[in-house]
Amino acid sequence: MKNFSGKVLFLDRNDINTDEIIPAKYLSEISKQALRPYLLEDIKIDGFMPRTDIQEKSVIITKTNFGCGSSREHAAWALEVNNINLVIAESFARIFRQNMFNCGMMAVELPAKTIDRIFRDFAGKETYLETNLKKNIFIITANEHHLEVSFSISDFDRALVMTGGWVEYADSKY
Amino acid sequence: MGKTIAEKIFDAHHVDNPAEDIHVIRLDAVFCHEITTPMAINDLVSRNKDHVFDPDKIKAVIDHVTPAKDSKTAEQGKILRDWARRHNILDFFDIGRNGICHALFPEKGFVYPGFTVIMGDSHTCTHGAFGAFAAGVGTTDLEVGILKGVCAFHYPSTIKIDISGQMSEGVFAKDVILSVIGRLGVNGATNKVLEFTGSIVDAMTMESRMTLCNMAVEAGATSGICFPDMTTVEYLWEFIKNEYSDKKEALDDFNRFLSDADARYDQVIEHDVSRLEPLVTFGYKPDQVKPVKEMEAIKVDQVYIGSCTNGRIEDLRVAAHELKGQKISNSVRGIVSPATPKIYRQAMEEGILKIFLDAGFCITNPTCGACLGMSNGVLAQGEVCASTTNRNFNGRMGKGGMVHLVSPATAAATAIAGYITNSKLFKG
Repeated sequence: MKNFSGKVLFLDRNDINTDEIIPAKYLSEISKQALRPYLLEDIKIDGFMPRTDIQEKSVIITKTNFGCGSSREHAAWALEVNNINLVIAESFARIFRQNMFNCGMMAVELPAKTIDRIFRDFAGKETYLETNLKKNIFIITANEHHLEVSFSISDFDRALVMTGGWVEYADSKY
Repeated sequence: MGKTIAEKIFDAHHVDNPAEDIHVIRLDAVFCHEITTPMAINDLVSRNKDHVFDPDKIKAVIDHVTPAKDSKTAEQGKILRDWARRHNILDFFDIGRNGICHALFPEKGFVYPGFTVIMGDSHTCTHGAFGAFAAGVGTTDLEVGILKGVCAFHYPSTIKIDISGQMSEGVFAKDVILSVIGRLGVNGATNKVLEFTGSIVDAMTMESRMTLCNMAVEAGATSGICFPDMTTVEYLWEFIKNEYSDKKEALDDFNRFLSDADARYDQVIEHDVSRLEPLVTFGYKPDQVKPVKEMEAIKVDQVYIGSCTNGRIEDLRVAAHELKGQKISNSVRGIVSPATPKIYRQAMEEGILKIFLDAGFCITNPTCGACLGMSNGVLAQGEVCASTTNRNFNGRMGKGGMVHLVSPATAAATAIAGYITNSKLFKG
């Protein structure tokens, strides 16, 4: 199973598309590792510096409809090779969300109120998120702030995370 | 309680229910192109699972970057080509016979009503025009599709868009779908199927229905879908004439998939297009749409006519009608990409290519090309393109470029004027 805990990267925007996560010009790469330097290269967020801001981050927290647009799984892979296996958002585009679980990664939805609270209390601060998959809680900390948030994922998604993805799961069953 | 067309297709393809609301369905077709498939092939090889579930149900094409532009894209083509050969995938379309997947595969008769189709390409929803459930997926879903012929989805929940009214001349399927996306928003249909019905859809050609369904994903939808009817039967007849005694029999067979009158919908939206004007996008999201006349001052550097959205013969005809006897502005680079070799040939025989050439357009081979800024027609920093494609995302056609999505008629008129403007066809 992959690691789902670590420092948090906040992306304060809706509708971040997969062209922004990994531009099409890098789709000619045929190794996941080759995508590593280009994650979020074309994202439009004021003041965001992809190369430095991504450093050492392992979790993304963002707003609505993350991963919309192109079906490219390269978006999930570009996160994976940067050691980001967990994205938490108010909502996801279907294909991106499925791609994450298919790779044994997690795309977890939280209610708008919770996302807003997390942004209000933690964005801009050095924040650490710990995932407890047994209890289904995220423990978020930054200096004086501490927040526990419960989440849910379906049994099917959990099975994909546990088995390492859809290929192994499907091959053993169908 | 009745069923929707998508539910009926799911029920007819049911394989498993691994969890509540997750349905594994059997696939009638798995489509592959050279950008998202090679990583699936390599992964299957590395897992010692280099098999295909059924070579006849797998169709493959090199379309995104063709001819190959560099060693990397040449390698992607080679991986797909070698794989198709070693697995005896006969419907593999290489250079000279290749075209944009979502224009080429329907043209070859690979999609029938009631089919389930996946491809590692978000615009796979295009094939819903034939009354199929067709969904874009990532590489892992594609990989499992190739290996096992199955894919997992949530049981379909459907938004019905009933499109009616009297559409003005000069307003096209592209304007209709932009208006629908503008209304729903870019995630208004996430995890839903968009079922397009109503008198406007009934009157549409298959090409227009493909334009309509193509952009369903831009509202977040899993698939767009139109009911099969006599227009569908006529389009497919050359491929199915040995299976049915006459067209009526084919239609009766396809009609079993039609949504029931008492089917349950997530939402039913009445979408009257009587007052609809030609539309254009602004900003970086396809739901940001305005009437063309409100954007008239916007100068463009490039006009692109092509793609899986609007690179079909009727699109080229409309653009040629506007361009006939005209020259495009000196400040505009015009690029047209007929979507398939058949369309290219038709356009040649109908004199359409000559009109484009005379007007000052560059004609490329069939390819996805400029749409995703991956091969030709890439924009420079700060440049503006009026494009018949499907995405105006930041950087989509080149870093720092701006894309305005329009219909082929608007694109042609814009090329002539040098700024975004309505076609002569629109008298509003």
